[in-house]
Amino acid sequence: MATIVVDNLVKSYGSIEAVKGISFTVNEGEIFGLIGPNGAGKTTVLRIISTLLQITSGSINIAGHDLGKHPEEIRKLISYLPEDAGAYKNLTGKKYLQFIANFFDPKQNKSIVTKGVEITNLGERINDRVDTYSKGMMRRLLIGRALMIDPKLAILDEPTSGLDVLNAQEIRKIIKTFSQKGTTILLSSHNMLEVEFLCDRIALIANGRIVEEGKPVDLMKKYHAQNIEEVFTQVVQ
Amino acid sequence: MSALGNIIRKEIKELLTPATFLPIIIMALIFGSMGNSIQGIQEQALESPVIGVINEDNSTFSMIANTTLHSYANVVFNSSSLSDKQAGLDAVQQRDGVALIVIPKNFTEQITNNHPGSIEVYWIMKGAGLLDTISSSVVEAIIAKVNTNISRELIQNNSSVNATIVLSPTQRVETTYFKSREFTGLSPNIIMSMLSSQSMFIPIIMMMIIIMSGSIVITSMALEKENKTLETLLTLPVKRTSIVTGKIVAAAVIGLLLAVIYMIGMGYYLQGFQMSGGINLASYGLVLNSTKFLLIGISLFVTLIAGLALCMLLGTYAKNYKSAQTLTIPITMLAMIPMFLTMFTDFDTLPIALKTLVFAIPFSHPMMAARSLLFDDYTLVVGGIIYVTIFAVVTISIVVWVFKTDRLLTGSMKKKRGKINTGLLFRKRF
Repeated sequence: MATIVVDNLVKSYGSIEAVKGISFTVNEGEIFGLIGPNGAGKTTVLRIISTLLQITSGSINIAGHDLGKHPEEIRKLISYLPEDAGAYKNLTGKKYLQFIANFFDPKQNKSIVTKGVEITNLGERINDRVDTYSKGMMRRLLIGRALMIDPKLAILDEPTSGLDVLNAQEIRKIIKTFSQKGTTILLSSHNMLEVEFLCDRIALIANGRIVEEGKPVDLMKKYHAQNIEEVFTQVVQ
Repeated sequence: MSALGNIIRKEIKELLTPATFLPIIIMALIFGSMGNSIQGIQEQALESPVIGVINEDNSTFSMIANTTLHSYANVVFNSSSLSDKQAGLDAVQQRDGVALIVIPKNFTEQITNNHPGSIEVYWIMKGAGLLDTISSSVVEAIIAKVNTNISRELIQNNSSVNATIVLSPTQRVETTYFKSREFTGLSPNIIMSMLSSQSMFIPIIMMMIIIMSGSIVITSMALEKENKTLETLLTLPVKRTSIVTGKIVAAAVIGLLLAVIYMIGMGYYLQGFQMSGGINLASYGLVLNSTKFLLIGISLFVTLIAGLALCMLLGTYAKNYKSAQTLTIPITMLAMIPMFLTMFTDFDTLPIALKTLVFAIPFSHPMMAARSLLFDDYTLVVGGIIYVTIFAVVTISIVVWVFKTDRLLTGSMKKKRGKINTGLLFRKRF
């Protein structure tokens, strides 16, 4: 069953067309990666699916809800992690998780926070103020925030951006685990190794259009490439 | 280029933005036009004051008084009979005059019998602002001149009256007509002092509340953007109206708290300037009952909401903490204009252009409410509440609409689904 159905999506900013008729489908529990060079339109697509930007034309359906008509319903099902997201600096990590959990089922509030604390794996530092966190700790907190609510769809923009190898590996494992539990993941990344390791299927975007789509293994076969980086280079060039 | 020159060039480029200059230019223009209007009021007030004179006493000292009044004032009504008092008041009022001065029959006789000669002054007070009483001060100065001239006459003629009368040969018996009320024994200056708490204290409190709460809202929006928390907030299952209302209510509470703390000190400071002279406002029927207090509260509440909604709208333009500081300037300015105008003049005495400006600025209404209600002017207060409520509803609707568009994140507005956007900025990567 499809969690995301994007049909001929167009997004314009004035005279500039950032997304030029993109269509793709992401199935339930699947990890789908959008990859492409800077300015290709990946973040715009993720922001539109996250209900942050309006659609110029085309349609998006998330778990049976039309995004243009029912963004409020979609917000109950999704969790979005922007690439350069932050948290409220005057709160502790735990208080921040509590603040977010308060927007969801009040009966599940405690268990949501407990789960968030567990995902972040920040130990005692979860009780420290956010403004004392390193970049890695902040990203772990935000991943915890995004996944603790067990979203139907997690939209992750560069989830391991700026992290060291160990932190990045840890976060990839968390994402994989959640996908196995049924959460659909839509992510964008520059890291081709990450894409190869994580994604069930990928779409290559260039100049606002999807230029290639498929399973990483199939694409590598198709382009006689050793890895996705080679596929990416061949397709984009 | 030297390292220092390089840094200076970069800093100037960074600071030389429309966001830095536009509010200051607008503020300069508004204050300039305000200054012109106030100067106009002052000039008008410093012209020979328009008065009426009834001189019932056709003898030496009354003639001196009459001549002095005619020399320094523009006398538009002359009579020798007190029965013409109402006609005199009407004539003076028609010519936008200040007072009707009556020199009673026994004026000269009183002075020669060692009693100060009474000069009855019937003041026509137009407003309770500091500038509104300039004209009456000018008339008071002319009456002082009458006093001096009579003293001179007494001294030159080696009069037998006692020294106290020589130094002070007249006394004023005053009645002031203000907003359809008669205040026996009070001059416009005393009435203005009585109302000084309404003229000064309330506008300052209002200005402080608005500036403090407004600054909180604008900064909050700026910090959401600067700390990159806004995108997350907007994807959570919470209505845009709840986000807007939540920010407005929180800012109102904190702003009120800050204003209370600030005003405790300010209250003590201003007490030194209160000059009620022990006169009880209630004895003149100037009372704020519970209904009036309720109206003032409602006026304050809707104004605060309107002001904060306006700040939210401005806050959507804030990119970071620095730009938020710049964006508080228009709000400060909008709060200061009515504050100064209500301090220095009365709404009723303002030229029509300034009247429209003052009414259009929502912050004016609670500043004027207490004084208006003291004189049972419900129309201005209730009209103001209705206007500010409409203003608040419209502004909140605009803010909620902005929250639903791309503007918050991209700086552009989507006009119509399916059509190309009219982008203001395209600064975000896509």
